[in-house]
Amino acid sequence: MGYFELIISCIFVNNILLAQFLGNCPFLGTSKKMETAVGMSMAVVFVMVMAGVITWVIYNWILVPTNLTYLRTIAFILVIASLVQFVEMFLKKSIPALYAGLGIFLPLITTNCAVMGACVLNIDKEFNFLEALVASFAYAVGFGLALVLFAGVREKTLLARVPKPLQDTSIALVTAGVISLSFFAFKGMV
Amino acid sequence: MAKSIVQEFTKGLWKEIPPFRLVLGLCPILGVTTSLENGLGMGLATTFVLICSNFLVSLLRKMIPSKVRIACFIIIIATFVIVVEIMMKAFAYDIFLKLGVFIPLIVVNCVILGRAEAFAAKNGILPSLADGLGIGIGFTLSLASLGGIREILGKGTLTVWGEPFFTGPIFSIADIFPKFEPFGFMVQAPGAFVALGLMLCLMNLMESK
Repeated sequence: MGYFELIISCIFVNNILLAQFLGNCPFLGTSKKMETAVGMSMAVVFVMVMAGVITWVIYNWILVPTNLTYLRTIAFILVIASLVQFVEMFLKKSIPALYAGLGIFLPLITTNCAVMGACVLNIDKEFNFLEALVASFAYAVGFGLALVLFAGVREKTLLARVPKPLQDTSIALVTAGVISLSFFAFKGMV
Repeated sequence: MAKSIVQEFTKGLWKEIPPFRLVLGLCPILGVTTSLENGLGMGLATTFVLICSNFLVSLLRKMIPSKVRIACFIIIIATFVIVVEIMMKAFAYDIFLKLGVFIPLIVVNCVILGRAEAFAAKNGILPSLADGLGIGIGFTLSLASLGGIREILGKGTLTVWGEPFFTGPIFSIADIFPKFEPFGFMVQAPGAFVALGLMLCLMNLMESK
């Protein structure tokens, strides 16, 4: 598969939020305002690319040669948790402006299953190093795209008169379904 | 005491049933519920991890320093997830293949970490076990019901696993309504969101009456 096809497939066809259902908790949690949605997307792009690359290296260069592949889950979650912690400290010290922007979203990413999911998918699909890097980035862009789109629509539904039992999470899920339907149209493109 | 343990157990079945009351753990709910069978499998796997992690966390709650507690919880949970992963590979391989990436992802399921942090870290072993069992069964029920609804509407069948008991679809909607056309939308990705949203709406309706 060419890199261009890989990118299109990861952003649209196999969109990590709407087609693979990973990272739905922050999807619903941070999409009430456009501002938080953009912050979360940026933080995810940042961490997902780093986590994708580092977990690939750890899996293929350490776990596979030592026959410890069954430890994958525990190794990955530790890597992601410490990576998030490290990134947080690094940003706080050196780029305070970016840290202030990402703020509370960074620690939340540890339990964002999109990050862990992207890492596991990279391994399951047997990507090589460059493919894993490109795929992680494309997944993250897809996440950001879906999140920002969804936040835009959701801001509008706040103004609409929604029947009482459908309010809040319920209408958000139905809205997400409609957006997912529009991404569904990309199926078969790659 | 006995009464409160029963309460801890039953609250997971309706009052705090995930993901409807606690909006946590949405990813597996949406991702694997294309059929009743998958929903049940995922629910049982999660329940196992939840009970074991609740037990261990409440056992060790006085030893874990509060500053590193999240990391400790995650390691405990990850250990049991690996146990489930290996067990499923050995005994339920076709379900394992269907659930795919969602089995390792139990580790980041916020329901489990949420219960460890909010309940097991503050309560004794017995209430924690009851809480884990209750929330786990509630989670399984929601997964199974959503899976069942999507399967009936999307494929027109209802399959229960367990080869010794049944093989193949045990219920087909075509027997009752011969003209029923399954709408594939429900088992595809967008159907998951819409079905869950409408179920939530239905629950709100029942509550408000």
